[in-house]
Amino acid sequence: MSERSGDAEALGGGRSPGPVLAVEGLTMHYSTRAGVVRAVDGVSFSVGKGQALGLVGESGCGKSSLALTLLKLLPENAQILSGRILLDGMDIVPLPEERMREYRWSRIAMVFQAAMNSLNPVYRVGEQIIEALEVHVESAREESLRRVRELYDLVNLDPSLIMRYPHEYSGGMKQRAVIAMALACEPDVVIADEPTTALDVIVQDHILREMKNVRAELGMSMIYVSHDMAVIAEVSDMVGVMYAGRLVELGSTVDVFRDPIHPYTRALTSAFPSVTGEKHELTVLPGEPPNMIDPPSGCRFHPRCPYATDPCRSETPPIVRRGGHWAACWNPTGEGA
Amino acid sequence: MQTDGSRPLLRVDGLSKRFPVSPVWYRRSNSFVHAVDGVSFEVARGESFGLVGESGCGKTTTGKLLVRLMDPTCGRIVFDDGDEGPVDVSTLKGKPLKRFRRKAQMIFQDPYESMNPRRTVFDTIVEPLKVQRMGSHLDRLDRVLRMLGLVGLTPARTFLFRYPHELSGGQRQRVAIARAMVIEPSFVVADEPISMLDVSVRAGVMRLMEDLAARLEIGYLYITHDLAAARHTCSRIAVMYLGKIVEIGETETVLQSPKHPYTQALLSAVPVPDPTVTRPPVRIRGGVSPSLDPPARCRFYDRCPIADDFCRDNEHPPLQDKSSGQMASCYRV
Ligand SMILES: Nc1ncnc2c1ncn2[C@@H]1O[C@H](COP(=O)(O)OP(=O)(O)OP(=O)(O)O)[C@@H](O)[C@H]1O
Ligand SMILES: Nc1ncnc2c1ncn2[C@@H]1O[C@H](COP(=O)(O)OP(=O)(O)O)[C@@H](O)[C@H]1O
Ligand code: SF4
Ligand code: SF4
Ligand SMILES: [Mg+2]
Ligand SMILES: [Mg+2]
Repeated sequence: MSERSGDAEALGGGRSPGPVLAVEGLTMHYSTRAGVVRAVDGVSFSVGKGQALGLVGESGCGKSSLALTLLKLLPENAQILSGRILLDGMDIVPLPEERMREYRWSRIAMVFQAAMNSLNPVYRVGEQIIEALEVHVESAREESLRRVRELYDLVNLDPSLIMRYPHEYSGGMKQRAVIAMALACEPDVVIADEPTTALDVIVQDHILREMKNVRAELGMSMIYVSHDMAVIAEVSDMVGVMYAGRLVELGSTVDVFRDPIHPYTRALTSAFPSVTGEKHELTVLPGEPPNMIDPPSGCRFHPRCPYATDPCRSETPPIVRRGGHWAACWNPTGEGA
Repeated sequence: MQTDGSRPLLRVDGLSKRFPVSPVWYRRSNSFVHAVDGVSFEVARGESFGLVGESGCGKTTTGKLLVRLMDPTCGRIVFDDGDEGPVDVSTLKGKPLKRFRRKAQMIFQDPYESMNPRRTVFDTIVEPLKVQRMGSHLDRLDRVLRMLGLVGLTPARTFLFRYPHELSGGQRQRVAIARAMVIEPSFVVADEPISMLDVSVRAGVMRLMEDLAARLEIGYLYITHDLAAARHTCSRIAVMYLGKIVEIGETETVLQSPKHPYTQALLSAVPVPDPTVTRPPVRIRGGVSPSLDPPARCRFYDRCPIADDFCRDNEHPPLQDKSSGQMASCYRV
């Protein structure tokens, strides 16, 4: 594990003295009546200042669970079993909830999946943002309002909307307001879970561009979670591919897209139809993501992998490095396999 | 489109649907949402015809009108699958309407809502056969099993008595497809059949629908906001904006050389799965166009980057042939 994180740090921390966020061997389980769900299993990566990391993978592979673990916003039945989450070098895993509250939103914030539904319908949107602000910074109401106006400006929302109710916003406008709320305290890291999945392409384009600008302006680091490879290609500098709770490939976005090592990464890229360019035959990835209560032995992808050989079924795959990325695989693609 | 002179499966002519809006929410009374506003197009037998456009532009409403799940405000829908003479769907009643329902089906947008949680896979798929009183009990079981095989839910017997919560999203969507196909319809409206699905199952469901179309000669109205999916599935597409079709033509032509400024904006907003490419900014003005009692001029006027005074002072432009069969409604192209 330490080997992987060392590598990720080398990849991610090039621009600044140390990564803003470093995750080492993080493991989180949910206990359920049916058994233990291994939702996050030995995940390591790091994100440098101003960097954007994209997390991709199929539904149920643990992307949202990982995001919630990073904020320690977990349900009762969840438990962080091992690993460290270093915010500017300080491990937040052992922090009690009271201390955690100082960090959440002010240092690390999140835009939730289907966030537009997370606004409270009975309060004006601006009031909800002011409330989020005032938990952390004590300020006069005038001051808070001024800040909200700045935030609306930042995400390109008409300030006349500040004192309106959520139902008066369109889906795209609500999504922007939620992003404004996450940015309110200028956190070091923002995690956005499928921030635009429910929106149409033109609104998605606006929001992704705004988030990119904000990142550049404030030097913020971001983690984008998405199942859309094209979105990830556009917004992130680094990409991590998740499968059944584990990171199976990680590295610079350009390298991962140009030369995927892991067969799963390759399948994800070619299962996507494109609007421009060659009209290629879509590859169909057979089967479904594994049951996370009793995951397959060896490489968890082996029941669906066209390259699987005997060691894949029984032994944990080794780390293969190539250019600016690595993957965990016995038979990496693109090596005469 | 109809090279052999045979009649199209479906000819839609000036179709409109207005929803009155309650004066409680909007101060003016007698206001209308023009959900579908005078659309015309044809679908050939065995053809996949795509309908694309942003959320709320009227795609689902159009689909519901075509299978008569909703009555149009005005316009004609002539359906002719060659079995009996052409019929006007918009005025069907009684027996003929029931016969039409046997030939036209709809797959709904949300696989999580399209199955009743208390009904098994078998109950769900067999229902259209029961409603249409088709086949004996054994016959029906046989057909359901065959459909399960076709949609790739195998071994079929192990799926028969499962409930929706025991299925994944992709599996539910396959059940919805099996249900629509079990009575061997000649026309199917597929509303965003893959948008809720994961990449891994998307390609599979897309292929499945193509196979079934070829095997059963089904004509599709394929509704989506995903242009890439439309490109893979549809021979022709129509682009909708605020209840109007603003562009229509062969899919490849429309996507490679879009004529209408809205189609151009839509295409340029699609993310590119190549990190070395930087997309130029999308050319569209912000804000929303009024959908409530829209003014008579071009529906795209408020957001159009090339609108001029002529556009402001004239009616919504008619659909015109802009290059060998590619139609667009715009004064300035
Ligand atoms: N509160 C919970 N209790 C038990 N299991 C859970 C809980 N939340 C999630 N899981 C399980 O953890 C796994 C990962 O879920 P998660 O929501 O992180 O996936 P995801 O990649 O975000 O999927 P999606 O794209 O559908 O949101 C799944 O197997 C899921 O069923
Ligand atoms: N039953 C209804 N009553 C009132 N308005 C409706 C109804 N159904 C749809 N609409 C409105 O009609 C327009 C088109 O809706 P719809 O066809 O569902 O769009 P799409 O499927 O393209 O998202 C929207 O403005 C929507 O709010
Ligand atoms: S380790 Fe084996 S099964 Fe896993 S991805 Fe590589 S080749 Fe496939
Ligand atoms: S008619 Fe005018 S306003 Fe309408 S799309 Fe064409 S240029 Fe734009
Ligand atoms: Mg999720
Ligand atoms: Mg719809």
